[in-house]
Amino acid sequence: MDERDQRNNDPADLETPGEAAGWKSGLAKSLIGLAASIVLTLGSFWAAGTGLVWGPGVPVLLAALAIGQMGVHLVFFLHISSGPEGTNTILALAFGVFVVALVVFGSLIIMANLDAGMVSMDGLMRMQR
Amino acid sequence: MNAATTLVAEVEIPISERGPSPRKVIVGYGFWLFLLSDIIVFSALFAAYAVLSGRTADGPRGVQLFHRDKVLIETGCLLASSFTCAMMALAIELRHKTFMVLGAALTFALGAAFLWLELSEFAGMVAHGAGPDRSAFLSAFFALVGMHGLHVTLGLCWLVAMMAQVFTLGWRPMVLDRLACFSLFWHALDIVWIGVFTIVYLGVR
Repeated sequence: MDERDQRNNDPADLETPGEAAGWKSGLAKSLIGLAASIVLTLGSFWAAGTGLVWGPGVPVLLAALAIGQMGVHLVFFLHISSGPEGTNTILALAFGVFVVALVVFGSLIIMANLDAGMVSMDGLMRMQR
Repeated sequence: MNAATTLVAEVEIPISERGPSPRKVIVGYGFWLFLLSDIIVFSALFAAYAVLSGRTADGPRGVQLFHRDKVLIETGCLLASSFTCAMMALAIELRHKTFMVLGAALTFALGAAFLWLELSEFAGMVAHGAGPDRSAFLSAFFALVGMHGLHVTLGLCWLVAMMAQVFTLGWRPMVLDRLACFSLFWHALDIVWIGVFTIVYLGVR
């Protein structure tokens, strides 16, 4: 029996429930996450519809609220932590964010550049004449 | 005294020499890598939407098509289902089958309600001549939001399969790992939805 089989048959994994203290903190964490998410979601919908915020500032506010809510979900629902067991998870997350930023901003910059370099339909007609 | 020595010993052994991590950590990490790659797939669709959102080809624009109150209800459904999914995970930790089924049923119902709202929105748009073939903006919209809806559908199927496994196989480590992965998947879908409602529905031009 190799090490992996032993871990599969670890009696601690089977019928034994988790510690009683675990579920109380888990419930508290979920409730905090839910409350924070509700506040941030309503904040986003309010910010998008209100005239109270200076127009050009709305997208920045929306982005900040969205990033904040993603952080809330990561910490309170996905349980991403900075503890010793979470080091690899955080490193992978950082790499994922990096690739996402490259894909999104790279596409936007390249496509805007190509768009600016495109000959317009009118220009094309004039050239054919 | 004994506890103190154990604590000191734990601190002194570097993490690289502590041997394999617990099963839960390894499984979670592996599934986390999958989720990140899935999010990168979504980022490509987000990029396409951001580039094409202004290309309406003289067709209907986002402002005319999107209803914020409906999107708020959809968001509420998905957020509440994320919370009931966390409750289900707690019930699983306590090995409490009744609470687990209750959590799973609520998660499924809220997920299905979200999907129903989204599909009725899609059907309404197609009926008004704003289908994915109308403009580049609508192609990108249906690709991005439809991809998220497809993930939710798969998640619902997965949830049903997991309930069947708990009742036929019991609390096996294998089943517990899958339940933990499902919970991660469901929360990750909610994170993607935050991006969707912020960029597509609230950032509408």
